[in-house]
Amino acid sequence: MEKTHLIIYLAITIAVTNIIRIIPVTLIRKHIENQFIRSFLYYVPYVTLAVMTFPAIMEATGSPLAGALAFVIGIAGAWLGLGLLPEALLCCIVVLVAEFLL
Amino acid sequence: MQEKSDIAQKRARSPFLLGLRDGIPIGLGYFAVAFSLGIIAKKAGLTAFAGFICSLLTRASAGEYGAYSLISAEATFAELALMCVITNLRYLLMGASLTQKFAPDTPQWKRILVACCITDEVFGISIAYKGYLAPSYTYGAMLIAGVLWAAGTASGIIAGGALPANIVSALSVALYGMFIAIIIPPAKKDKAVLAAVLTGFILSWLCSALPLTSGINSGTRTIILTIAISAAAALLRPVSTKPGTFGPKGMQ
Repeated sequence: MEKTHLIIYLAITIAVTNIIRIIPVTLIRKHIENQFIRSFLYYVPYVTLAVMTFPAIMEATGSPLAGALAFVIGIAGAWLGLGLLPEALLCCIVVLVAEFLL
Repeated sequence: MQEKSDIAQKRARSPFLLGLRDGIPIGLGYFAVAFSLGIIAKKAGLTAFAGFICSLLTRASAGEYGAYSLISAEATFAELALMCVITNLRYLLMGASLTQKFAPDTPQWKRILVACCITDEVFGISIAYKGYLAPSYTYGAMLIAGVLWAAGTASGIIAGGALPANIVSALSVALYGMFIAIIIPPAKKDKAVLAAVLTGFILSWLCSALPLTSGINSGTRTIILTIAISAAAALLRPVSTKPGTFGPKGMQ
């Protein structure tokens, strides 16, 4: 493939991704008063992350069971108050150990 | 009783440093995941340098996987652009949520810069920031996460499959661990969030398993489920509209 061709491909990827990111902040500049929209935007982060976590966590690991274990133990750890880094480490360790034992 | 993270945030002299700290687990996870991305980028013809720059400026996991795959297949420019829109569409919703997180006097250029930093994980920790978001918190997190993401891509291009499979497997779960760390504490505090999260887990699993919906691109599924479940939650349990509040009436 010609180098210019590749550069245009990459430029499109970079441009489109970042335009999508900045559309909302350019359009929405004020505190939103509408209760439905405000409530909707409140739940969006938690729902979207939840939907992206499960069952994908089971597909990211070599063995789905290891992923499922990391999911359950991870939730327990987070419920008990683990911070970001300890939680990430916990899930990694669970997968390492589970895949070693299974 | 305050969460440890609340106290850490109050004590932090600099939101930027706090962002750097919170960005470390993200960066570590990104480095590992970007390794496998590098393998695909190499097939698309990128040099380590091109991969580093493109990853640094794009910082989109699903988006880049899709992009490099299409580039390998020599898709048209229009197909590539459309794919980028669809796979990254959730950033629109995330950006919209973030607009309500800024203090009213936050200048527009800072809002745009923060928006450019949106990735699933950096969005997650920015939303979890107590009170109004300090933009430098997001900058700090993205600085370390973005550089490690780009470095991982470049390393993957150079070293290919050199990292042992079990290590990649274990590290790739780091990102999901972070998602869990972000959504569970608010779910504990607010039962409506807990219900929404559980519904998300169940419906997401059903949609990926049932033949009717499993054929739909996962990015599209994410958006549809997010909109449906968030709208239902908003109708069943609306939140306070008072400026400066970020949750149900009476919750800060």
